[in-house]
Amino acid sequence: MVQPLDRLKESASQTAGPYVHIGCTPNFCGIEGVYPDDLGRTMLKPETKGERIRIVGRVFDGVGTPLKDALVELWQADAAGLYPSPQETRGKADPAFSGFGRSPGDMASGEFVFDTVKPGKVPFKDGRPQAPHVTLWIVARGINLGLHTRLYFGDEEAANEADPILSRIEHRSRVATLIAPKTVEAGLPTYRHDIYLQGDRETIFFDI
Amino acid sequence: MSGGSFYQRDRTWHPPAFTPGYKTSVTRSPQKALIALDNTLSEMTGPVFGHGTLGTLDDDLIRNFASDGDPIGQRIIVHGRVLDEDGRPVPGALIEVWQANAGGRYRHKKETYLAPLDPNFGGCGRTISGEDGSYRFRTIKPGPYPWPNGPNDWRPAHIHFSIFGHGFAQRLITQMYFEGDPLIWKCPIVATIPDKAAIERLIAPLDMANTVPMDSRAYKFDIVLRGRRSTLFENRMEGN
Repeated sequence: MVQPLDRLKESASQTAGPYVHIGCTPNFCGIEGVYPDDLGRTMLKPETKGERIRIVGRVFDGVGTPLKDALVELWQADAAGLYPSPQETRGKADPAFSGFGRSPGDMASGEFVFDTVKPGKVPFKDGRPQAPHVTLWIVARGINLGLHTRLYFGDEEAANEADPILSRIEHRSRVATLIAPKTVEAGLPTYRHDIYLQGDRETIFFDI
Repeated sequence: MSGGSFYQRDRTWHPPAFTPGYKTSVTRSPQKALIALDNTLSEMTGPVFGHGTLGTLDDDLIRNFASDGDPIGQRIIVHGRVLDEDGRPVPGALIEVWQANAGGRYRHKKETYLAPLDPNFGGCGRTISGEDGSYRFRTIKPGPYPWPNGPNDWRPAHIHFSIFGHGFAQRLITQMYFEGDPLIWKCPIVATIPDKAAIERLIAPLDMANTVPMDSRAYKFDIVLRGRRSTLFENRMEGN
């Protein structure tokens, strides 16, 4: 026998289940008075720098039915492309921006919503700029291990074209599943982004 | 020691997406392969929550929803450490927990099980790991819970855990089970995990040394998050 590596194994994932809201967004599911607000509900302050945008979408299963019990988390850089994280070494991110959002699907429609700012560009590991993007993490009943994907912006065509990750995806027809078209709703730039867990329109998910 | 990319996730250790014994996974599992993505800053960074996030009773489920007395049930302490795969403590990790009450009833708008709600039990708690990765909270041992999967499936007693490490790639949700529960080995959700050794890592042993005599028993539950390399950029080597 060779020497053991003595490395621990990561704790195995389990589904978040249908009642994930009790722990992650208790006020949303009617448990009030324990936490003053649900974590990740508000990403912005009045003084946050950057262009206000809204990200809206639904998560669909393989039958085309929207999930009404999914929880979507969002992580992104600030308007200057800096992450509000101790691991960020390039500068200090906007202190008025959390970078983290968490949205339960509306109990009737399944729609998730994030009010945020458009992120700046973040470098790829070789220094090339990545196109502006946000990371999304999806958990729900029936999902055994959280699914990572990205949302890119439909009005950043040139940057998306040059993006080091998008440009190396072999099946070009699938790239569109990561790009949210821009609309304007109630005067607010809005990116509608539906996620398909399974089937012909299946969203690209990453092993990160 | 911090800031590098994460070790690859062992997806033969975690449950696969498609596990038909757990019926809801059938239409909620991607059919196409995941696309491997080398960690960039977007995956290596993640939100870190300060102690200012927490209220004084957030880690005490016996008290944080109580209005006119203590909840009914077995009083327990759940404690352990958050470590990475190299065995190093992960300090500052936000841990959120949720669970049913002693009778297996969840406090949720969509829940319909006939067991009653406990007017003094909410079922949510959170805490942040200390410098040595340790955490603890106080609660009531949850009851088993029937669910419409097979015609007679019951979840073992369990507490859901959501953990933030230091990078978004470490994000993890799992469930803790209790030593000796015979339902563990009958549960289709537990059985989504292919390796028995991986299941055993989710079973918390009774910990008499941390029990408070005449008050609460204790269970110990250590959580392991992904380990990380010590370099941030391949073109700017730091450390090894």
